[in-house]
Amino acid sequence: MKEFNGKVLFLNRSDINTDEIIPAKYLTEITKEALKSFLLEDLTLEGFDPKRDVAEKKVVVTRANFGCGSSREHAPWALEVNGINLVIAENFARIFRQNMYNCGMIACELPEKTVDDLFKEFAGKETELATDLSRNVFVFKSGASTKEVPFSISGFDKALVEAGGWVEYADAKY
Amino acid sequence: MGKTTAQKIFDAHRIDTLEGGTSVLRLDAVFCHEITTPIAINDLAARGKDRVFDPDRIKAVIDHVTPAKDSKTAEQGRIMREWARRHKIKDFFDIGRNGVCHALFPEKGFVRPGYTVIMGDSHTCTHGAFCAFAAGIGTTDLEVGILKGICTFKEPKTIKVTVKGKLPGGVYAKDVILTIIRQLTVNGATDKVIEFTGPAVDAMSMESRMTLCNMAIEAGGTTGICYPDMTTVEYLWPFIKDGFKDKKAALEAYSQWKADPDAVYEKTIELDASGMEPVVTFGYKPDQVKTVKEMEGTMVDQVYLGSCTNGRIEDLRIAASVVKGHKIADAVRAVVSPATPLIFDMALKEGLIQIFMDAGFCVTNPTCGACLGMSNGVLANGEVCASTTNRNFNGRMGKGGMVHLMSPASAAATAIKGTITNSSLYKGRK
Repeated sequence: MKEFNGKVLFLNRSDINTDEIIPAKYLTEITKEALKSFLLEDLTLEGFDPKRDVAEKKVVVTRANFGCGSSREHAPWALEVNGINLVIAENFARIFRQNMYNCGMIACELPEKTVDDLFKEFAGKETELATDLSRNVFVFKSGASTKEVPFSISGFDKALVEAGGWVEYADAKY
Repeated sequence: MGKTTAQKIFDAHRIDTLEGGTSVLRLDAVFCHEITTPIAINDLAARGKDRVFDPDRIKAVIDHVTPAKDSKTAEQGRIMREWARRHKIKDFFDIGRNGVCHALFPEKGFVRPGYTVIMGDSHTCTHGAFCAFAAGIGTTDLEVGILKGICTFKEPKTIKVTVKGKLPGGVYAKDVILTIIRQLTVNGATDKVIEFTGPAVDAMSMESRMTLCNMAIEAGGTTGICYPDMTTVEYLWPFIKDGFKDKKAALEAYSQWKADPDAVYEKTIELDASGMEPVVTFGYKPDQVKTVKEMEGTMVDQVYLGSCTNGRIEDLRIAASVVKGHKIADAVRAVVSPATPLIFDMALKEGLIQIFMDAGFCVTNPTCGACLGMSNGVLANGEVCASTTNRNFNGRMGKGGMVHLMSPASAAATAIKGTITNSSLYKGRK
């Protein structure tokens, strides 16, 4: 199973598309590792510098409709090779969400109000997140403040996360 | 309680229901192209699972960057080619026979009403025009599709969009779908299917219905769906004629996939076609839509005619009817890419290619290249493109470029004027 803990990258915008996560010109790569330095290269977000801001981050927290547009699984892969296996958002585009779980990664939806509170409390500060999959709770920590946020995950999605993805699961079962 | 088209197709293909309401569906067709498939092929091989569930149900094409532009794209082509040979996939379309997947595969008769289709390409929703459940998926789903012929989907809810009335002259399917996306917004149909119906849709050709369904994904939709009718049967007839005693029998069989009158919808929307105008996108999201009139005068550097949205013969005929007898503006470069070799051939025989060339267009081979900024018409920083494609994302056709999505008629008129303009200015006038 992958790791779902570490420093948080806050992306304060809705509708971040997969062209922004990994531009099409890198789709000629045939290894995941080759995508590493291009993650979020074309993201339109004021004050965001991919080289500076992506380094050492392990979790993304963002707004609505994350991962819309192209079906490219290169988007989750570009996150994965940077050690980011967890994205938290108000909601996701269908294909991106399914690609994440298919890779044994987590795309977790939280209510708009909860996400908004997370931005108010933690964005702009050095924030660490620990995921407790036994209790379905995220623990956010920044300086002295700690916040527990419960989440839900379906049994099938959890099975994919535990199996490390859909290929082995499907081939064994069907 | 009646069923929607998607519910009927799910019920006929479901082999398992997983916790959380996810269905495992049996697939009728798995489509592949060289951008998302090679990694799936390599991964299957690395897992010791270099197998295919049924070589006859797998269709493959090289379309995104073709002919190869560099060593990396050549390698993607090589992996596809060797894999197709190795597994005896006879419907593999290599250079010379290749075209934009969502134009080529319908043209070959690979999609039928009631089918389940997946492809590692978000615009797979195009094939819903044939009343199929056709959805874009990622590489892992593609891998399992290739290996096992199955895919998981959450049972989608359906939005019914009824387009009443008749489209005015100069207004086309592209204007209709952009108008609908403006109303639904870019995630208004996420995890949902959109059924397009009503007299204006009934009056559309299969080409126009494909344009309509093609952009369902731009509202987040899993697929678009049009009901089967005699237009569908006529289009498919060369491929299905041995299976039915006549066209009426085919229609009767296919009509089982039409949604029931008492089907339950998440939402229903009604639009009046007769009040619609030519529209165009502004900004970086496909729901940012204004009328052409409001955007008139916007300078463009490039005009692009093509793609899985609008590169079919009907689109080229419409654009050529606007362009005929005119020259493109001095400050503009224009590119037209017929979406398949058959379309190219028809355009050649009908004299459309000559019309485009006389006007100053560059005619390229069938490919997806420019639409996603990979080849054959990439924009420079700060450039503006009037395009018949489907996405106006920032950087989509080249870093720092701006894309205005519009119909082939509006794009053709814009090429002549050099600024965004209505096709009525030129059509039929020399």
